[in-house]
Amino acid sequence: MSSRVLIVAEHDGTKLNASTAKCVTCAQGIAGAQITIVVCAVEAAAVAAQAAQLSGVSRVLCVENPANGHALAAVWAPQVIALAGPFSHILGPSTTFGKDLMARIAGLLGAPQVSDIMAIDSPTRFRRPIYAGNAILTVESSGDGKVVGTVRTASFEAAAGGAAAPIETAAVSVALPTHTRFVSVSAARSDRPDLQTARRVISGGRALGSAEGFKILYSLADKLGAAVGASRAAVDAGYAPNEMQVGQTGKIIAPELYVAVGISGAIQHLTGIKDARTIVAINKDSEAPIFEVADIGLVGDLFQIIPEIERLV
Amino acid sequence: MKRILVGIKRVVDYNVRIRVKPDGSGVVTDGVKMSINPFDEIALEEALRIKERGGAEEVIVATVGPADCQQQLRTALAMGADRALHVQADGVVEPLVAARALLQLIEREQPLLVILGKQAIDDDNGQTGQVLAALWNRPQATYASKIELTAGTARVTREVDAGLETLDVDLPAVITTDLRLNEPRYVKLPDIMKAKKKPLDTLTLSALGVEQRQQLRLVRFEPPPQRQKGIRVKDAAELLEALKKKGLL
Repeated sequence: MSSRVLIVAEHDGTKLNASTAKCVTCAQGIAGAQITIVVCAVEAAAVAAQAAQLSGVSRVLCVENPANGHALAAVWAPQVIALAGPFSHILGPSTTFGKDLMARIAGLLGAPQVSDIMAIDSPTRFRRPIYAGNAILTVESSGDGKVVGTVRTASFEAAAGGAAAPIETAAVSVALPTHTRFVSVSAARSDRPDLQTARRVISGGRALGSAEGFKILYSLADKLGAAVGASRAAVDAGYAPNEMQVGQTGKIIAPELYVAVGISGAIQHLTGIKDARTIVAINKDSEAPIFEVADIGLVGDLFQIIPEIERLV
Repeated sequence: MKRILVGIKRVVDYNVRIRVKPDGSGVVTDGVKMSINPFDEIALEEALRIKERGGAEEVIVATVGPADCQQQLRTALAMGADRALHVQADGVVEPLVAARALLQLIEREQPLLVILGKQAIDDDNGQTGQVLAALWNRPQATYASKIELTAGTARVTREVDAGLETLDVDLPAVITTDLRLNEPRYVKLPDIMKAKKKPLDTLTLSALGVEQRQQLRLVRFEPPPQRQKGIRVKDAAELLEALKKKGLL
């Protein structure tokens, strides 16, 4: 029996998140899979048009409802369930959006969820990291019934564009709960590249000493066109906002170049960067664990080294 | 009575270096320190603080797992939980089974709030809270970094990829905790003594009418691939040279 995969699109109402294109690549790992993307939105057209361009997608379904303005799991899940019937696999990204939503979908279906899929061996066999990436587990579903999954976006390239899948409107009439209400979202506006998709990322740790100290990283990042991240310790200390946190409990990223500045390299941080193509570590402690994973290590005072790099670039 | 139910899980302590067994059947847990999952400890701390502020009258801590879990329940009682429920289960307990068991406890105890960690640091599934909220047909607020209770509602600040999101959820609801919600208290020796006298009830999955189904077979555990050893450079100029050689600048 051929597999039919439903991917729940992540978007902000106007723009499709790159995580969705990575889910498409993951789904293509299921041989012969027919891939459908569902866009839940108030008005889905703009996002659906972007989804339809992704290579490998056979159809885009739009589910429009005035209640879909924010991705509330309790509101979106029943709408996805209403469409889930014909599908063997239901996937979403392993971002805070997808982790929140997909497990609610799995719960409603009574289906198993494979979290953080990093590889697909067969339609029923999946690999995923456990113990903060210190072990890789292969799991197998029975093959009868649906499987829900979240896709570890750092493990997959984004699917290419240029295609033109048909876009359809799906009529979904289910009662939606009103018990969960969006109030606000506060995010520091930044003109820098998005941390999760940037090709270059510079991250700072507690050694930066203060929010003020982070300024040397912002300055270098702007010169390199890089995104800026932070270790958990730096976020806990209030030097950087939570959305900048890289690691097991923050963002898991896979840039071409990752520069860890004044970060000792706790396991939970390393989990978030192990898919980076090249890791550079700058730290005054030559014994710091970050050097064990770094491709290029530089021992020294970051407050001298960072401005010097900026001058020389 | 206004109750908060807190779900906890016994896991390998976060300081333990994880080793995969040579036969690929699991990770080494013999003689390894076990603890309350750190996110669940934060969940319990938050419940205790809500009770201390007068927002609840009783904190119940519950777990689903083997007999050894009672150690972690006792620790939770020593932290300040009023009573503990142990749902006895050996072998793999998938999130759906844990959530079904917790739902049965909810029906018995009628809590106004259920707080769980956002994920366990062993299997890293991150599902139980959301699955429970789905089965219960109640709101979920995951990755909480701030919880404010008012009559009938919780205002929850969530750590999401975009920044901080605030939701209002009607009670009862399920909330899962992120790291910055609070710093759990240390357990004091007299509290450990007192905890021995607090009620700890043992139940079974079958008594709750929950089947211990395993829908995902654990095929193989492997150590992660190691990165190749890198090089050291002596200054900024050498670093830039090395990056240029790799075509990264």
